[in-house]
Amino acid sequence: MVTTLSPPRLLPSGDSAITVEFSRNIDDAANQRVLALDRSLAREQVLGVTEAVPTYRSLLVHYDPVQIDFDTLSKKLATLALLPVPPATNTRRWRIPVVYGGEHGIDLEDVARTLKTTPEDIVARHVKGDYRVAMIGFTPGWSYLSGLPAELQMPRRLNPRLLTPAGTISIGGVQAGVQCLAAPSGWHLLGRTAVRTYQLHRDPIFLLEPGDAVTFSVVDAKTFVEQDRAAEAGEIVAELMTS
Amino acid sequence: MSKLVISTIGPASSVQDSGRHGAQRYGLTQSGAMDALALAAANCLAGNALFAAAIEIGPFGAAFTAREGAVRVALTGASRNADISGRAAAIGTSMTLADGETLTLGFARGGSFSYLAIEGGIAGEPMFGSLAVNARAGLGSPYPRPLQAGDELPTAAASGMAERRIDLPAASADAPIRVVMGPQDDEFGDATRLFLDSEWKISATSDRMGYRLEGPVIHHLHGHNIVTDGTVNGSIQVPGNGQPIVLMADRGTSGGYPKIATVITSDFGRFAQIPAGKGFHFAAVNMAQAQAEARKFWKLLHALPDRVKPIENFDLNLEALHDANVAGAAVSAIDAGTWQTPSAAEALTQEP
Repeated sequence: MVTTLSPPRLLPSGDSAITVEFSRNIDDAANQRVLALDRSLAREQVLGVTEAVPTYRSLLVHYDPVQIDFDTLSKKLATLALLPVPPATNTRRWRIPVVYGGEHGIDLEDVARTLKTTPEDIVARHVKGDYRVAMIGFTPGWSYLSGLPAELQMPRRLNPRLLTPAGTISIGGVQAGVQCLAAPSGWHLLGRTAVRTYQLHRDPIFLLEPGDAVTFSVVDAKTFVEQDRAAEAGEIVAELMTS
Repeated sequence: MSKLVISTIGPASSVQDSGRHGAQRYGLTQSGAMDALALAAANCLAGNALFAAAIEIGPFGAAFTAREGAVRVALTGASRNADISGRAAAIGTSMTLADGETLTLGFARGGSFSYLAIEGGIAGEPMFGSLAVNARAGLGSPYPRPLQAGDELPTAAASGMAERRIDLPAASADAPIRVVMGPQDDEFGDATRLFLDSEWKISATSDRMGYRLEGPVIHHLHGHNIVTDGTVNGSIQVPGNGQPIVLMADRGTSGGYPKIATVITSDFGRFAQIPAGKGFHFAAVNMAQAQAEARKFWKLLHALPDRVKPIENFDLNLEALHDANVAGAAVSAIDAGTWQTPSAAEALTQEP
């Protein structure tokens, strides 16, 4: 566990937001502190704070400068950030079904070639991983996961694709992703899931929360099609495990 | 129920309000009007709540027709030629379209976006408390996409209230766009001086997600990849080619390029209105100044109802029509001699 907590950097993002930066890198300990500050802030209900956006290494705190000024909020955040990191309560664990390779994961073979192994081994490594939602961003439901096994880490594609399919499961650098909507991406596409991390007119609209634990399971193409149909009708096809 | 029918409309026109708040942590961007002051002024004139949903009209012309009853509307923001079935109408006023009458608007002049508020608001189904269009996320009501000819907006029948005008403080057209430096200005060293000293232009390839800037190349000290962090309206990020992009209302909630500075809240709408190709400068202010301006801006927004005045004898009151041109540089809406129709090329460079 973290023994001494270094103070975060408090960076102005204009006159209505503060970036509380715990690290410049992708860093699991920093992400734990980001999520802890996010929880503390939610619990404290600081007047004037309107929303908080966790990322790998920082918490962006939006606020209303009519209600609280930069100096006052900075002091408050600095104090909260130095509290010991409380263990997350109610950690949820999701198992997300993935159809790997072929038309569903067009980069699987290339990734295997680059890492000098077989596609089956890449799938085994990906499924073996124990992931956590480090942040959600870019487009609705796009979940960035920490915990990618070291033997799957490789640089992003040189040429990002302008469009990758909804439900794409991909890896890039030290990150793994569960993508909801079709979007541009420079990551390597391993497969697809029928799970919608964002779906209007469903309760909940957003399935994953920052801090949730995630693992993957293998399904075949036929199962994917069935799950996709069920998910489209509003069913949550991810499995919620007790943790 | 009356309705306003979109007879013609150009790209980059959509229903917008103050946007969605509270779901950026799930990757859902705020959206909302590019120019909050103009939106609020239009709503004030129409007798609506300040940030009710209205039509944000992009740089091209548009026409709206009242059906199944009279519809009262109000027009603010970028100046344009406007007439209602032949009679001149002015920016910064409310106006009533009798059943079957059409409000015809020309190209935007000296700005990019105008706002047409409808008395009684726009009937729709809010998602996350907002009707604002966010086409990427499939959000927005009554249409989850930009407006198209033939769309119909159901609304309340016109109340028959006297028409009104609003006077907004004249913004100096050439005042610099003020920024607070950071959050990653330390990634740029001396290039921050170049950023602040140079003239910039907004590229014609800009849109509601981001305005691309044209000017000198801003070099990074340590390369252009940082680990993704959160963004705000007005974040000025600098990608690998050194040409900054100012993130606008439909921005992604996070981004992986260093952000040299952030446009201050009170100047964001004025920045959004700068036409493509027009030169402007940034100026750095400190946090205390920026927040004082933000509070002043909040007061201005909430005191807008005090600035609304009745127009007596609307059709005859030439002075009111002159005054009602809220953009200082706008030509009179009623003097045909000063009307200028922008060329197609000029209009294209104004497409956000």
